[in-house]
Amino acid sequence: MDHPVVPVKTYLTIFGALMVLTALTVWVAFIDFGHGLLNDTVAMSIAVLKALLVLVIFMHLKYSAKILWLIAGSSVIWMIIMIGLTLTDYRSREWIESQAHRAIPWASNPPIEQAAPAADDGHH
Amino acid sequence: MSSAPDTSATAMPKNYLNEKITVSSWLLTLDHKRIAILYLVSLLAFFLIGGLAALVFRVELMTPEADVLRSETYNKFFTTHGIVMIFFFLIPSIPAVLGNFLVPVMIGARDFAFPKINLASWYVFMFGGVLALIATIAGGVETGWTFYTPYSTMYANSNVILAVCGAFIAGFSSIMTGLNFIVTIHKMRAPGLTWFRLPLFIWAMYATALVILLGTPVVAITLVMIFVERAFGFGIFDPALGGDPILFQHLFWFYSHPAVYIMILPAMGVVSELISCFSKRRLYGYRVIVFSSLAIAVIGFFVWGHHMFVSSQSTFAGLTFSFLTFFVAVPTALKMLNWIMTLHKGSVSLASPMLYAFGFLGLFVIGGLTGLFLSTLATDIHLHDTYFVVAHFHYVMVGGGVMGFLGGLHFWWPKITGRMYPEGLAIFAAIVIFIGFNLTFFPQFQLGVHGMPRRYHVYPEEFQVLHIASSTGAMVLGFGYLIMGAYLIWSLKFGKIAGKNPWNARGLEWETDSPPPTHNFHETPVVRHPVYAYEYASETSNEPDVQSEKGHV
Repeated sequence: MDHPVVPVKTYLTIFGALMVLTALTVWVAFIDFGHGLLNDTVAMSIAVLKALLVLVIFMHLKYSAKILWLIAGSSVIWMIIMIGLTLTDYRSREWIESQAHRAIPWASNPPIEQAAPAADDGHH
Repeated sequence: MSSAPDTSATAMPKNYLNEKITVSSWLLTLDHKRIAILYLVSLLAFFLIGGLAALVFRVELMTPEADVLRSETYNKFFTTHGIVMIFFFLIPSIPAVLGNFLVPVMIGARDFAFPKINLASWYVFMFGGVLALIATIAGGVETGWTFYTPYSTMYANSNVILAVCGAFIAGFSSIMTGLNFIVTIHKMRAPGLTWFRLPLFIWAMYATALVILLGTPVVAITLVMIFVERAFGFGIFDPALGGDPILFQHLFWFYSHPAVYIMILPAMGVVSELISCFSKRRLYGYRVIVFSSLAIAVIGFFVWGHHMFVSSQSTFAGLTFSFLTFFVAVPTALKMLNWIMTLHKGSVSLASPMLYAFGFLGLFVIGGLTGLFLSTLATDIHLHDTYFVVAHFHYVMVGGGVMGFLGGLHFWWPKITGRMYPEGLAIFAAIVIFIGFNLTFFPQFQLGVHGMPRRYHVYPEEFQVLHIASSTGAMVLGFGYLIMGAYLIWSLKFGKIAGKNPWNARGLEWETDSPPPTHNFHETPVVRHPVYAYEYASETSNEPDVQSEKGHV
């Protein structure tokens, strides 16, 4: 194969960077950013950065043909499909729940308990 | 069947089977054809184990009471059947046996790009298989092949970890095979063999390999999650620890629904080859079939939530997945129409491989259309977890996957072994298998519609007649497989010499010797014609002295 020889120093630098980022992840986990989502975002961003370093340097993507970028990219797209469609479930569970307790928008909207007591029983 | 090669070395010129016949030359071989034989023998052993487990619980189901098996034992039997048949037979069946044998030969290569990875894949597969068998022998697993949480992580008192490890390890074997397919098809095609001259079997293998590479890592990670939750109490799926059991179903079906296409796409590839050869026509709509294979591979990843309509998945997600599921029927229907159009005005002959192809067409249509009942949200509420589902996926996996595998095995058997099997018996066995299959699974549609739940062995008496029909069918089916096994083994030694091209087919695999020499071709083939060039006379190897398909109508 026609890969250029990567100097050992590069590998050691990247290894060092990965270790520092790991330490950073642990340190950040103890800080409360006030909003749970923000903590997750920070942790995931560091993880993505680490994964990129491994892919591009350790796995030689930097020195590879474009088709290997395509293949690596497609796995990212597949991960987005997996997480995205899974979230259609988790993010929408409350929608239906809250709709059950609301009047149907296009009907004249009396409070649901009085409008349809028999149908409402099923929700409790 | 033993892995001993053809003994009559004098009758055959030097080939991959008789070049070296020591045990180590088989167990350490890097020849993709020998690795295919190793897979064939081991997969047939797994098929036998899975089939016997099914026969035992079909006997139990002949009466409404529990008289042969206790409840827990019954659960263990159907779990064994499921795990063995899915992970250790259906998923590897066509790719690891026929694909391993044929991909390099069909594209005019000497071997795969990574022969050592190919051999390693077999050892990894066997290691996984042995672990799963140990789990069965050491007391069994009763979770069903899907390992649903929280049962598998919290309640099941059985060898779940061992079985999960087996499935996990077997997954790596799939990944190795898939990787080999993709690289080999990209880099090692013979001169002149452009992408759109590739046989559809190769395209099917390519699409399958994509699904394997993109999906299998997910199920591997999911099974590891079961392991760490069960062994170390990490909270992933257990609500008490902050987890969610439905997350398991999402992750599991993200792989396991596309896994259905890992089983069915290769069978579709085989059927394309069979229909073209036994209609003596270029396939109608070649490119449509190519792109529909790729479309199935992609769309297959968007539909997994239809397994979870009655779980606590949100109704909105249920609607989305139901809607998306209908799309997968489109490329499948396109293939079906193109196959039928190929038959139309073709010169159709009913040799035994073609009977399996016809079996596939009929049974897979039933399997596919009943899938639409299940992907419709409202009807699924009624049919979910009933025998209707059992019948549906057996029509797809056995009627589609196994029929494709057997058709392919019969079609390429002369190429693999150099010998013909007795055609009359083969036709008889194909018909017995077809009848047995339908007798087994058609009554299950009715059972399901009338409300018989799956995975129960005690049931109301009104269901008994249909259960007896189904059990009888299972025995007929088993008998059909036995006949087939017997004449195939017989043919290894006593079958007529096949010659290069017994079916007068087109494709590079028919231009080399049967069985092929160790490096597949005596000189690198050059492709000058489009694929399935039945309009041209066969250039090389249509020898009139060998059995032709015309005699068997």
